[in-house]
Amino acid sequence: MIYADNAATTRMSQSAIAAMLPYMDKLYGNPSSLYAFGQQAKEALEDARARIAACLGCEAREITFTSGGSEADNQAILSAAAAGEKQGKKHIISTAFEHHAVLHTLKKLEKQGFAVTLLDVHENGIVAPEQVAQAIREDTCLVTVMYANNEIGTVQPIREIGAVCREKGVLFHTDAVQAVGHIPVDMGADNVDMLSLSAHKFHGPKGIGVLAAKRGTRLVSLIEGGAQERGKRAGTENIPAIMGMAAALEEAVRNLDANAQKLYAMRDTLIDGLSAIPHCILNGDSTRRLPGNVNFCFEGIEGESLLLLLDDRGVAASSGSACTSGSLDPSHVLLAIGRPHEIAHGSLRLTLSEDNTQDDVQTIITAVREVVSYLRSMSPVWRSLMQGKQNFILK
Amino acid sequence: MARAMIAMSGGVDSSVAAYLMKEAGYDCAGVTMKLFENEDAGVSRAKTCCSLEDVEDARSAAYRLGMKHYVFNFTEDFRRCVMEKFARSYAGGVTPNPCIDCNRFMKFDKLLQRAEVLGYDVLATGHYAQISEIDGQYVLKKAADKAKDQSYVLYMLTQAQLSRIRFPLGNLLKAQVRWTAARLDLCNAQKPESQDICFVPDGDYAAAVERISGRAFADGDFVTADGCVVGRHKGIIRYTIGQRKGLGIASSEPYYVCGVRPAENTVLLGRENELYRAEADVDSFNWISGCAPQSPLRCKVKLRYRQPEQPVTVIPTSDNSVHLLFDESQRAVTPGQAAVLYDGDVVLGGGTIV
Repeated sequence: MIYADNAATTRMSQSAIAAMLPYMDKLYGNPSSLYAFGQQAKEALEDARARIAACLGCEAREITFTSGGSEADNQAILSAAAAGEKQGKKHIISTAFEHHAVLHTLKKLEKQGFAVTLLDVHENGIVAPEQVAQAIREDTCLVTVMYANNEIGTVQPIREIGAVCREKGVLFHTDAVQAVGHIPVDMGADNVDMLSLSAHKFHGPKGIGVLAAKRGTRLVSLIEGGAQERGKRAGTENIPAIMGMAAALEEAVRNLDANAQKLYAMRDTLIDGLSAIPHCILNGDSTRRLPGNVNFCFEGIEGESLLLLLDDRGVAASSGSACTSGSLDPSHVLLAIGRPHEIAHGSLRLTLSEDNTQDDVQTIITAVREVVSYLRSMSPVWRSLMQGKQNFILK
Repeated sequence: MARAMIAMSGGVDSSVAAYLMKEAGYDCAGVTMKLFENEDAGVSRAKTCCSLEDVEDARSAAYRLGMKHYVFNFTEDFRRCVMEKFARSYAGGVTPNPCIDCNRFMKFDKLLQRAEVLGYDVLATGHYAQISEIDGQYVLKKAADKAKDQSYVLYMLTQAQLSRIRFPLGNLLKAQVRWTAARLDLCNAQKPESQDICFVPDGDYAAAVERISGRAFADGDFVTADGCVVGRHKGIIRYTIGQRKGLGIASSEPYYVCGVRPAENTVLLGRENELYRAEADVDSFNWISGCAPQSPLRCKVKLRYRQPEQPVTVIPTSDNSVHLLFDESQRAVTPGQAAVLYDGDVVLGGGTIV
C-alpha cells in the first residue's frame, strides 16, 4: 500500500513509540501522587511540557495538554468567548474554510448570541490580513484563523494577521494542527495568543494534543474534576501519549527543513503529473501550500468511486471530509474557494510524508490517470460533456 | 469469484440477503446509501446523524458476515430525484410513491451504476420478489411469501437491470428470514420493520411537502361536481383521493375527496359512488419484457400496494403508455400512484396513473 493520507493521520515514529513505552510498563505512576514514583512521572510530564514549549516558541506554563486538536480548538474559542462576554464583546472573526472543530463551536456560540464573521478565502484559499483588519469591530473578542488548511493545504499569512490583531488589541487563535511539525511555527514571532495542535499529524500518538495559550489568556475548563493542568483540564494526564508527542515533535522540528525539501520536490512532481489530466484543477495556491499537500478536482468524476478504485490499486487517499456515517460530504472547503457542487464532488486529496518516495509518486500518478480515465469512460455526465450537451466547467 | 454489492439498510431483510449472497459464493461488499441529512427530513439533529443508527446496524451486520462496508453519499441525487419530485407531485395535486422513485432513481440506477463502475457483477437487495431467466429473457415474479411480496414497487426494472440484480429473499418466507437472522445473531433480528417513508417523520406528509418545497399552501374551497362550495380546505397538499377523514364537514352522508385541482386551489368532494372509475390512463409505462404488446391484453392490475388484483383489459397507446378498462369499476383510482400488471405471478410491467 502507498499511504498518501498523512493529513488524516500519520505513522508513529519509532522515537515516539520508544519514548512512550517506559511510561506504560515501568514508570506508570500518577503525576499527582506524592510518593517518589508519582513524582518521577510528574518530572517527565513537566520535562515534556518544556520541550514542547521550546518547539513552539512559548513557555512551558503556557502549554495545556488536551485530547487533541478538536478539544484545543473548542477550549480556545470558548475561553475567548467567555472572556469577551464579560466585557460585552460578542463578535468573532474566522474564515469560511476552518476545520469543523472551529466552525461547529462558532455555530454553537452564534446560538448563544455571538456574531460571527467568516472571511472569504478566495479562489486561492488564502485570507488577506487586510480582510481581518477591516472585519475587526469594537466588540470583536477573537480572531481565529487556521495556520494551514487541512484539505487544500494553503498556508495563511499568520504572522501578518497576528500583527493586525496585536495592533487592534484582539485575541488571536490559530488552529495549527496541519502546520506544526511541517512548516516553521513560532508563537512569539507569529504574534499568536493561542494555538491548537494534535500529535498524530506529526508522527505522534492519537488522542493527545496541546492548547498553547500566552500568559494572561484566561482559559475556561471544558472538563471539571481534579486540578490537573492548573485546573484547566481535569483528568489524569496521559503521560505515555504526552511523552510520545514530545519526542515526535522534537524529531519533526529537527528534521523540518530536510523533510520539507524532500516533500516539496515530490509534491511538485505529483502536481505536474496530475495537471496533465484534462479538465482538472489544482485546489489552493500552487506555492503557498503545505509541503506534502496535493488536492485536485476532476470534472465528471465522483470522489467516492475514485477513492475506492485507488484503494483497489493500493493507494490510500481521501476526498472531502468524512461524515459521521463514514460517507463523504461535498467539502465545505472546496465550496468556500468557489468550486461548484458537481466539481467539489470529484475531488482528491493526496498528502505525502517523508516516508513516501518518488517511485510512490510515479505510481500514484499512473493510478490516478488510469482511474480517472476509466471512470470518465463509464460516466453519463462525462458522455454528455463530450457530446457538447453540457458545458465543461474546468478547462 | 463473482463479486456482489449488497444494498444494506441496516434492517433484517438486507442483512440476511447479504448472508445468503455470501453463502452462494459471491465475494461481497455491503453498501448503505446516505440519502438525506436529518435536518432536511425534519428529524432533530440531536437524535441521530444521517440515520446513523441504521448505518451502524448495517455496518455491524456486514462486519459480522466478514464483508467490507461502504456508505455512499447520494443526498444530492435523492433530494433532486425523490424528495423534490415528491413535493412537486403533491403541489400538483397528485399522490406520489417516493419508494418507487427511490427504486427507480437510486437503488437500481445510481447504485447499480456505482456497482458496475466499481467492478461488482451483481447488486443484491433484500426485496421480496423473484427474477428468473429463460433463454436470455428475464422475468420478474412475485415472492414466494405472498404476504411480503414487493414486486409492485419493482415494476420499473428493465431487462438490462434485471440481468444484474439478485433478490436472494425471493424464495423465502419472512419467518425463515427472521429465523436466519436470529440464528446468525445479527443484532437487528427483531428490529421492527420500517413503515413510514424514510424522509417523512411521523407520517406528516403535508409538513414534509412544505419543508421541501419551502412554501406554504393556502386554504381554499371544497367544491362538489356541480360547483357548490361546501367548505374550506387547509391547503391542497393535505388531501388525497378517497380520503374521508379530516375534512371537517358536517353532513348526513359522508363526503370523500374525489379530486385535487391545484390551478383553482380547490378540492373536489363527492359521495362514495363518485369515487369509482371504469377506466384509467397510465404513462411512464415500463414493459418488463422490453417491448409493448401490439394488441389489447387481458390480465390483472394492482392500483395500490395492498390491493387485491383486479381483472383488466389493457390497451397499449404507445411504447410507454396504456389505457386500462376495468372489469369492475375501481374505487379511488389515484393519479401519481402506480398501476402494475400481473399475469399470474409474473409482473408484466407498470406505470404511473395520470
